[in-house]
Amino acid sequence: MRIPLGWLGEMVELGSKVTPNDVMAELVKVGLEEEGSHGGDISGPVVAGEVLSFEAEEQKNGKTIRWCQVRVATSGDEEIRGIVCGAANFVAGDKVVVSLPGAVLPGGFEIAARKTYGHVSDGMIASSRELGLGDEHEGILVLSSIGLDPEIGLDAITLLGLDESAAEVNVTPDRGYCLSIRGIAREYSHATGVKFQDPVLSIDPVMGSGFTLEVKDSAPVHGKAGCSQFVLVGVSGLDAEAKVPDWMVSRLKLAGMRSISIAVDITNYAMLELGQPLHAYDLDKLVGGISVRRAKAGEELVTLDQKTRKLHEEDLLICDEQGPIGIAGVMGGARTEVGASTKSVLIEAAIFDPISIARSARRHKLPSEASKRFERGVDSSISRAAASRAAGLLTELASGSLSGLGAEYASVFEPTAIEMKLDYPGQLVGVEYSADQVIASLEEIGCSVTKIEDLVQVIVPSWRPDITHKTDLVEEVARLIGYDKIPARLPVAPPGRGLTSRQKLRRRVLSGLTGAGFVEVLNYPFVSAEQNGWMGSVSAVELENPMQSEASFLRTSLVPGLIAAAARNISRGSTDIALLEEGSVFLPNGGSAVTALPAGNERPSEATLAALKAAIPGQPRLVSGLLAGNWLPQSPGQHSIPAGYPQALGAVDIVMQQAAVSFELEQLEIAGLHPGRAANVLVAGKVVGFVGEVHPELASQNHLPRSVGVFELNLDEIFAVAPDLVQAQELGVMTFLTQDLSLVVDFQVSAADLIKSIVTGAGGLLEEIRLVDDYRGKGLDADQKSLTFSLLFRAHDRTLTQAEATAARDQAVELANQQFGATLRG
Amino acid sequence: MSEKLTPEVVAQALQESLSALAVVEDAATLRSQKAQIVGENSPISRLNALIKSVRNEQKAEAGKLVGGARAQLNHAFQEKEVKLESLAANEALASEKVDMTAAPKFINLGARHPLSLLMDQVSDVFVGMGWEIADGPELENEWFNFDALNFHPDHPARAMQDTFFVKPVENHLLLRTHTSPVQVRSLLERELPVYVLCPGRVFRTDELDATHTPVFHQVEGLAIDKGLTMADLRGTLEHFARVMFGDEAKIRLRPSFFPFTEPSAELDVWHPDAKGGPRWVEWGGCGMVNPNVLLAAGIDPEVYSGFAFGMGIERTLMFRNGVKDMHDMVEADVRFSAQFGSVI
Repeated sequence: MRIPLGWLGEMVELGSKVTPNDVMAELVKVGLEEEGSHGGDISGPVVAGEVLSFEAEEQKNGKTIRWCQVRVATSGDEEIRGIVCGAANFVAGDKVVVSLPGAVLPGGFEIAARKTYGHVSDGMIASSRELGLGDEHEGILVLSSIGLDPEIGLDAITLLGLDESAAEVNVTPDRGYCLSIRGIAREYSHATGVKFQDPVLSIDPVMGSGFTLEVKDSAPVHGKAGCSQFVLVGVSGLDAEAKVPDWMVSRLKLAGMRSISIAVDITNYAMLELGQPLHAYDLDKLVGGISVRRAKAGEELVTLDQKTRKLHEEDLLICDEQGPIGIAGVMGGARTEVGASTKSVLIEAAIFDPISIARSARRHKLPSEASKRFERGVDSSISRAAASRAAGLLTELASGSLSGLGAEYASVFEPTAIEMKLDYPGQLVGVEYSADQVIASLEEIGCSVTKIEDLVQVIVPSWRPDITHKTDLVEEVARLIGYDKIPARLPVAPPGRGLTSRQKLRRRVLSGLTGAGFVEVLNYPFVSAEQNGWMGSVSAVELENPMQSEASFLRTSLVPGLIAAAARNISRGSTDIALLEEGSVFLPNGGSAVTALPAGNERPSEATLAALKAAIPGQPRLVSGLLAGNWLPQSPGQHSIPAGYPQALGAVDIVMQQAAVSFELEQLEIAGLHPGRAANVLVAGKVVGFVGEVHPELASQNHLPRSVGVFELNLDEIFAVAPDLVQAQELGVMTFLTQDLSLVVDFQVSAADLIKSIVTGAGGLLEEIRLVDDYRGKGLDADQKSLTFSLLFRAHDRTLTQAEATAARDQAVELANQQFGATLRG
Repeated sequence: MSEKLTPEVVAQALQESLSALAVVEDAATLRSQKAQIVGENSPISRLNALIKSVRNEQKAEAGKLVGGARAQLNHAFQEKEVKLESLAANEALASEKVDMTAAPKFINLGARHPLSLLMDQVSDVFVGMGWEIADGPELENEWFNFDALNFHPDHPARAMQDTFFVKPVENHLLLRTHTSPVQVRSLLERELPVYVLCPGRVFRTDELDATHTPVFHQVEGLAIDKGLTMADLRGTLEHFARVMFGDEAKIRLRPSFFPFTEPSAELDVWHPDAKGGPRWVEWGGCGMVNPNVLLAAGIDPEVYSGFAFGMGIERTLMFRNGVKDMHDMVEADVRFSAQFGSVI
């Protein structure tokens, strides 16, 4: 809400030196946050001048300029100036606005005498736009065109009201009454203690009669009638082309509204002043009386913006005998629009149900100044005053006269009554407010308060429909007395259990992986269907209103985001990268949908809650990593080590070690991965993720190098089997024996399978086995390989003999031979 | 036995060995010649054979004579050995000298994302006060995100936050616009009193620019107990502010509006180390939990009261750590995280 200070000053004493910043500093105390200041950014000398004569001079660039002699003072040496002007909309003798050297126009535009088009231009003849008066920039401002004939040399800043400035504050949705100068003035009074003069009290109410009006709501929303008040006042004999006075243009502009025509400007002006939205119909275009009703199926309306709107049966309409002439509280119709030929108008001031208006505005995507106010609640006691204010301005400024025509519909207004214990505000805020403080604060905001022992009965003022509960009253007391009076006290929570095991696991995983060289990133979860498809997803959760249509799905894997992040890093010169992300993915596997939501102000049944939760798609938390370029760069005495599946496997080791969970690999083809470099990660027989390298085609398509290591693990699944407690194992202290073992097998036999075989075959004496070499080539068949293991044997109860170790080894060889045809390498 | 074991003979044998010892200049030669100089083949050892031929009554004296010479030789040998071995060791060390600043690289340095570190740090502050950390789904049901938090279906506050809805909209699924649904879940699921902190990711349909991002992070606190007041809220926030911004930090509350709190307040923090000098910085929102929120969780607002507060992690990182542009936080540039390492 923008607040021209001069306007505000009509309702509260401001003092002459007050600035927008001063006003905002006061308003913020009562809850109106500062947004900024407007206007007031012009300084003199800017004066009224008279063009005595000019010569038109054609320039080389094809432009014609006028070399003008302008009188800017009635006497003295400096009275006549030579000024270059590019406009042609004036004649000799016209009075104009002259910015003299030293003046600063809006936007920090400094005026100085300067050489241009072969002359020294000693100032500038200003256009309306240059003065900050409007968008008009076709030529300069000729003062007679706005009905002014000032003395030469007069200060034009004062003359045109250019020194007015405005403060802008953010109005929270509960404070609809602050979308008016009247409401802001009331709050300014609360903040500063200066007296508030209610402009409504100085308006003479206009009564009219004889116009047919019917208000009938056959389909109230939530059982609440759409229209509770409807006032019509007729004004005739208008000069619809009457000039809108500059002060009004200036105030409207400062308030952020454009000047349109005298009738429209006046209804806007009265709305800004009082907060009551108003609409003016061209009386001569109306057919018969007016009715307020809900729309019928199939009805249409061409609104003021010339768009045809298909109406919904829930839309509340203003109609004449021919049909709709406006969507109540949202926008009027084109057929009855006020125009240049309008002679008589009918002014409407009504109170509509906030919810009904909000729905219509949203349905037709028509948020208007009117709907904004109705949605937030309009003072239900000022409809007649507001219509009268507009009618008064029309008679004053557009030579209209009250026609006596009008109508009024008003349902009974029931003010909100709240009962509250006097010590309740203190109990909730933690300040010991006295009964007098509580009562005085509530009375100051306009409540009528009756004290009954330790209770107060509070009648809420008509402009505060947001106050419905005693806690709302508490806020009023607290903010009026001041939030700065609230002391600080640190509450003592019951002894906590610290982070949960799951939360601790997440942190360990992140520290483990970053300790090993991975850099954590946080990617948006928005991807394309194609990106989800990379990793084999065929369905995903789709957004109704994505930021970008090419990223309208939620991710089912973290890998596509990491691929994009890797490509971005590489393009920026970071070519050796190991990225890590921990986050949610979204699976399209919700239970059956819940289409009707329970009420918000009571606990739903357990069954309802369970259904609500079950309908939400699964969102496991994953940890994924992606490696490209070199894992270790070349350095003195050390070749570079390329990044790929081995480091991805190492990362899986780290995650599993952090969770104290053992795992197995199952090599197979996986969507998105290199067919020969991919494995599922299994924990207790269940797949919890994958590891390998990104498919080279996918990598190349995304401008990544051929070898890109990748892993993805489901932390929820791993956590589900992770032990909370690890039991200690007894350490063997007897002498150990080591033996090497080289086995020749078919090259397709996996090392993991062979190791399983050896471990089983060797039995309990084998304490440790390590694969130390994988040899292929000379001495072996083309389809053979030789795997060399280092074995460590130990018995827990005795010193092992070489013979025993060899026997265990031989058993291992025998089993490996049976299972995989393994033979000892000679 | 032609030779006699005379002192001259012994002295000559000793001299012979000492001379041989004297010419040795390195430890390896010394090791290889040990047998010749002091071992079985040495002149002194050869004298041992002569002792047998000495008359019995002179054997003791002869033994002493030879023994003395041997002791003298051994001593000289050991002295030389120590000297040469030490010399050899020093040479070996000298030859192993490297340029420590040109070492091969074996360890990669990773880094946490500063937003995730900051959330952990905030969590630790509250865990230290006995609070627990709660989380919930990012894709939520509308009821938890709005209805249960006193956002009436037609209230304009619902349009205050631009919400990502999921297809089909009749199913009422959305990306949570704040971490507040976790408050609702905590109240529904936990036993009273409740003191929880909910850090997490939230979503609003804002275009990415220097100060906005459609995906960002919040941390939200909720305390429900008997007799909690706005003074408890202020005390909690003041403590939090001091941990985050130093002992000089303080907070300021300004009246505001949120559907889920009444009274409500905007929270400013006095940032003593702000760039360009200490100043008030907008930090978040807070208030006393609206009775309707308690009712939605089946809690009697006449018995229990409580407070809630929330702040943006991105915004906190921006003014606390001097991050100038939101793009840095969302573009996954490794250089951004790397500059923080694991310290935030």
